[in-house]
Amino acid sequence: MAKLELEEIKMNTMVRESRDVERGQSEQFVAPTASVVEDADGYRLQVEMPGVNKEGLEISLEDNELTIIGHRSLPTVDGTLIHRESRQENFRRTFELDPSIDGNKINAKVEQGILTLTLPKAEHVKPKKIIVS
Amino acid sequence: MSLIRYQIPELATWPSLDRWSNLRDDLNSLLESPFWSSFGRAGQLFSGWSPALDLYQNNDNIIAVVELPGMRKEDIEISLHDGTLTIAGEHKSETPNGDAERSERYVGKFRRSITLPARVDANNVSATYRNGILTVTLPKAEEAKPKQIQVRAD
Repeated sequence: MAKLELEEIKMNTMVRESRDVERGQSEQFVAPTASVVEDADGYRLQVEMPGVNKEGLEISLEDNELTIIGHRSLPTVDGTLIHRESRQENFRRTFELDPSIDGNKINAKVEQGILTLTLPKAEHVKPKKIIVS
Repeated sequence: MSLIRYQIPELATWPSLDRWSNLRDDLNSLLESPFWSSFGRAGQLFSGWSPALDLYQNNDNIIAVVELPGMRKEDIEISLHDGTLTIAGEHKSETPNGDAERSERYVGKFRRSITLPARVDANNVSATYRNGILTVTLPKAEEAKPKQIQVRAD
């Protein structure tokens, strides 16, 4: 059975620190909420990143690790903040991909703060219909 | 043989469920009291999901910024009643055949209300939706705007 690991399922307390050794800086990230759907052709991964547009996205694949970073570009509001619930940290989350996924054919699009990644399975693992002649 | 009227099991459990829903209301109203307001989103423990909302103000407007990723703008409902702004809508499932392997995303209806700190002009409210963020601009009512009073020298 193929799998796509969401490395953590708990949603809240997911602020992580990521140290940038080269620059000696560290940045806090928050892990975005995600969902995965599998069908015969592959997986569809959806990640909720309100405030992130195409320019703010960094997606990288190293071995089987897919890392998504989303930098928020929040609307600039002319006024004083009187009540806050939103988080300011950027988004970051790593997913472990099943080896059956063809890393060269991953497709990404972002729409209204939702990143949708299409992760097709390699041809050789797709179920095939064999016609009896 | 005894004859006992048949009770539908679900119905029999209603009274206790009622008590739970009262408890839920009590807890929700507790969470809405000023002391708890900073933990406002804790209310979602009892009511599903509620979007994060930031509130700003300047001399002329109150501005609400709400995180609502992945909505269609037609599905967002904004209403104003008695100085309370309410944002409601529904997150629709995109997989009707229900083969979601793993999902953390909330599906269903949501409703978020906030009491505004000043009176607003309900007829001139405007809203934009971009990158999954809804921005609602509510102009303050004339009487709620700060005014400068000139002191005249005699």
